[in-house]
Amino acid sequence: MKEIVLSKILWKYETNHANLLDILIDVQEKEGYVSEKAITEIANHLHLSEADVSQTLTFYHFLSEKPRGKYVIYLNNSSVSIMMGAAKVKAAFEQEVGCKFGEVSKDGKIGLFKTACIGMNDQEPAALINGKVFTRLTPFRVREIVKGLKNNQPLASLYVESFGDGKNQHPLVQAMVCNNIMRKGPVLADDYEVGNALRKCIENGEKWIIEEMKGANLRGRGGAGFPTGFKWEACRNIDSNEKYIFCNADEGEPGTFKDRVILTEKPDLLLEGMAIAARAVGATKGIIYLRFEYKYLQKYLEEIIKSQKKAGFLGKNILGIKGFDFEVRIQFGAGAYVCGEESALIESAEGKRGEPRERPPFPVEKGFLDKPTIVNNVETLCSAVKIIWKGAKWYKRLGTPDSTGTKVLSISGDCKYPGIYEIEWGFNVHRILEMAGADEDEVLAVQVGGPSGSCISRKDFNRTLDYIDLATGGSFIIIGKQRDLLKDVILNFTEFFEEESCGSCTPCRVGTLMLKNKLQQIIQGNGTSKDLDDLKNWAQPLKSCRCGLGQTAANPILTSLKNFPGLYQINLKKEEKNNAGFSLQEALREDRDMKMKFNKEKTGYQHAAK
Amino acid sequence: MKKRIQFKIDGKVCETTEGTLLLKAAEENGVYIPRLCHVEGLTPRGACRVCTVKLGRQFNTACTMPVTKGMEINNHSEELEDLRKSILEMMFAEGNHICPSCEKSGNCELQALARMYGITVPRYPFLFPDRDIEATHPKLLKDHNRCILCKRCIRLIKDEEGKRLFAFSKRGSRLSIKIDTHIAAKMSDELAVQAVNCCPVGALLPRKGAFQCPIGKRVYDKSHIDSL
Repeated sequence: MKEIVLSKILWKYETNHANLLDILIDVQEKEGYVSEKAITEIANHLHLSEADVSQTLTFYHFLSEKPRGKYVIYLNNSSVSIMMGAAKVKAAFEQEVGCKFGEVSKDGKIGLFKTACIGMNDQEPAALINGKVFTRLTPFRVREIVKGLKNNQPLASLYVESFGDGKNQHPLVQAMVCNNIMRKGPVLADDYEVGNALRKCIENGEKWIIEEMKGANLRGRGGAGFPTGFKWEACRNIDSNEKYIFCNADEGEPGTFKDRVILTEKPDLLLEGMAIAARAVGATKGIIYLRFEYKYLQKYLEEIIKSQKKAGFLGKNILGIKGFDFEVRIQFGAGAYVCGEESALIESAEGKRGEPRERPPFPVEKGFLDKPTIVNNVETLCSAVKIIWKGAKWYKRLGTPDSTGTKVLSISGDCKYPGIYEIEWGFNVHRILEMAGADEDEVLAVQVGGPSGSCISRKDFNRTLDYIDLATGGSFIIIGKQRDLLKDVILNFTEFFEEESCGSCTPCRVGTLMLKNKLQQIIQGNGTSKDLDDLKNWAQPLKSCRCGLGQTAANPILTSLKNFPGLYQINLKKEEKNNAGFSLQEALREDRDMKMKFNKEKTGYQHAAK
Repeated sequence: MKKRIQFKIDGKVCETTEGTLLLKAAEENGVYIPRLCHVEGLTPRGACRVCTVKLGRQFNTACTMPVTKGMEINNHSEELEDLRKSILEMMFAEGNHICPSCEKSGNCELQALARMYGITVPRYPFLFPDRDIEATHPKLLKDHNRCILCKRCIRLIKDEEGKRLFAFSKRGSRLSIKIDTHIAAKMSDELAVQAVNCCPVGALLPRKGAFQCPIGKRVYDKSHIDSL
């Protein structure tokens, strides 16, 4: 890499380890990869070993040690993208570009890579090209786009679609992404004026804020469901002159895209929620941890932060109150699902690998840079604003007694009206399917809560969405009868966990791989009933993992085994006697491969000897 | 001074200083909890999960959990023993372990635990991964085949400037240990010995001076790991 470019980037950052991820993202964006030389320079700049720099670099899948091409195409290979025709789109890309996925074209111009859900499930198949979002791809469009890239046309000119609805048309966004808001509720409602809730907080004091939050019984909307009021109170009770408010915008659960819509349409609401949290716990700094996939919103969000500061809702002496200071900045991730886990998110924001921390201590005691830290989901913080504005009493009337308020759902898959629906907790699956225009007779399964949730069948459609029955962080994927549930959904999700595991805990690192291999064996028709038992038994050690990723990684298999045993049964081998899991052809294939490898090596040795 | 508190392991009343990590507190009271990734003096990481115990319905790692007053720990049950055994079996299936010819045989903690649990063959299929042996460093030999990714070397070994010699590379099932070539080239004999000694298995070996202790006189040759 050109030294001037690198030193310019390094010059921007202080010699602080926490800047490592930002530096790597900058270098990746400027150069298309992070070279060995760049690693050495970065290591010297931050007083780290090269191995240490490289361990952060190789953790994130949008960062690379090898050139990924002038134009990098990341095609979503998650379940719904495949349902909507990603296979043909993928084939068209490979044909037009002239290389396979995972490779870069010979001239180094275009790189093709797969990526997990990019938060566009209601407009698949979708891809990121140098950070720009392309949705609803067809082989036809692929051919046009690749031709354009080959002719060095500016990326923006490759947009022939009109920009999406709402703020997707904002001059700083201009994306073809659609919000598809199908149902507004209290969080998404437009009846609100920024600053009202914050003023109320200042009038009534910090204790009142926490009492209201506890009274409203708001629980974390990211999926874990921890009571927000208690989290804030615990953080408030810790004596420290430096506290942090993190907004978790790392929406990585496949099938979830509601945070993307809230960030696009209601960023001011989110910032106000962060300021309220800051007021309640006495924090002075806020960080929005935004997933790399949403980098197209960067300039827009930075502009909103600036204008909120100008209006006196952020920055120094907020609303004229002396000493009420709260600064917000954005921290980008670089492609790692596990960073949605709050302690992994903090590690990542510190420039490290996104490996979850052991708890205790909890982030409210020892979080970012070992300071007390609150991590709240985008939707949680927005809900907090409305609770403060309209009161806990009003909020408690919504939803059910255990699960108060509303939930913004991301509905996708086989239905007429995929998009964003804000509903009160307590809706059952029947009503949601009807709402989204899905014909129940045509529905095979519903994946509630993404891969880490449950795959339910028709007999469970009277179950309700709430924290007691079917908990969800917002993902709701409808799978039609025409789909190959095991291959296109369950295997896809299991592969996803195997790919995204940080690898730190043994049961997750090895267990996800073992489960994937076993499921593949069954799908290929080489499974026996013993293999089904193995699936169930091998899922058990995962419960001992440190974080939610490992603990829920077997859920796609376990819930589908329970609710769709027939799909597994029909795949099993007919005669079970004397052939437990054994396939002659498969065994011969391995033998052939080994022989081939051996022969190759042998010729290699001979060559070396000469 | 910190308070002395009582807690229970499988019904046995134990005593320790408040805040002591369970693994150590158990040892103080003569209770052995199996472990691999943890050694005294290192920041606990809870990576291998072998020391998993149960607190109520929750799984917890003993190496990272501070003891509080009145805690009732479950350390021995069919469920826990099978969990630990299955984790050890995963390690054998995940790598390429060559116990009979390994320099570490008899001094290896993984092998010792496997013997304690009576593992003859893992329940998981061997993955036979294609892994390298790194013999380019002047003082160390790194055999990735035998590495169980416990992170001991990452946590312990730093040069005089505090820079890490070892680090992880990639993630998930592609995870491996990377050695910093520059630091490794300059490392002192002392640090090399420290690195070799911290490895619980035979993944880090000295370039010189292997097989000095004869078979039969090694740590776990004649006694189980839990009796030491």
